[in-house]
Amino acid sequence: MHIGLNHFLVLAAVLFCIGLYGALSRRNAIVILMCIEIMLNAVNITLVAFSRFVTPALVTGHIFAIFVITVAAAEAVVGLAIIISIFRTRDTVDVERIDMMKW
Amino acid sequence: METGAGVTIAFWIIAVVLIASALAVVFVRNVFRAAIALIVAFLAVAGIYVTLRADFLAAVQILIYVGAVAVLLIFAIVLTRDVPQGNPANQLRLSAFILSGLFLAVLIVAVLSTNWQISNEPALENTTGAIATALFDKNTGFILPFEVASVMLLAAIIGAIVLVREK
Repeated sequence: MHIGLNHFLVLAAVLFCIGLYGALSRRNAIVILMCIEIMLNAVNITLVAFSRFVTPALVTGHIFAIFVITVAAAEAVVGLAIIISIFRTRDTVDVERIDMMKW
Repeated sequence: METGAGVTIAFWIIAVVLIASALAVVFVRNVFRAAIALIVAFLAVAGIYVTLRADFLAAVQILIYVGAVAVLLIFAIVLTRDVPQGNPANQLRLSAFILSGLFLAVLIVAVLSTNWQISNEPALENTTGAIATALFDKNTGFILPFEVASVMLLAAIIGAIVLVREK
């Protein structure tokens, strides 16, 4: 079977929806962050697949993907810093119990 | 476009591993094992980049995602350990499932019914030089986003340090 653009796009779509389900339905804040990283990886696969099949001479999709990786890493850093900071005061990372600003 | 038998076999194996490890990240009860599954998923995505002839991006993926982001996640898991709770599902799980299922159906229908203009040129052999030119070319390079990304990383570092320092 010839692997074409559609294969990579459907793979990325399935990956994105798995990440979306995980980000919406999990209670552990770190698992939510992990599912967001899965979604960003799915987007990167889409970008690189389009770059390879539609305009193979340009690497614009690769550059976009590099910037997405950069932003995802920075977001993971700040998000985990926030989660650790919350854990120090509330002693939990369960998002259903971190629902009041101050009590 | 020369997708031979090797690429086909590699794509299917890597795709199965990728989907399985992504499902493991969402559904496994132990958060640390979910982080290990995430590392497997990142490695599988690097494999997908290799089947897409994106050599530089595969190396960047392993260096940054597996080497830095996953290690950072494991540090955070160690610092916020809650073994009895683990990785439970919340109240919205049915609506989340319906929503992501519908979204997946819409995406697949949109992808399969669009006539993509697939080009017949071969993929670049070595993308590193092309990426360097596209980023740093004097007239058409993405120099400004590059510098802004550096400033953003600096802001992220300072922000993280300020957030977690001892008062």
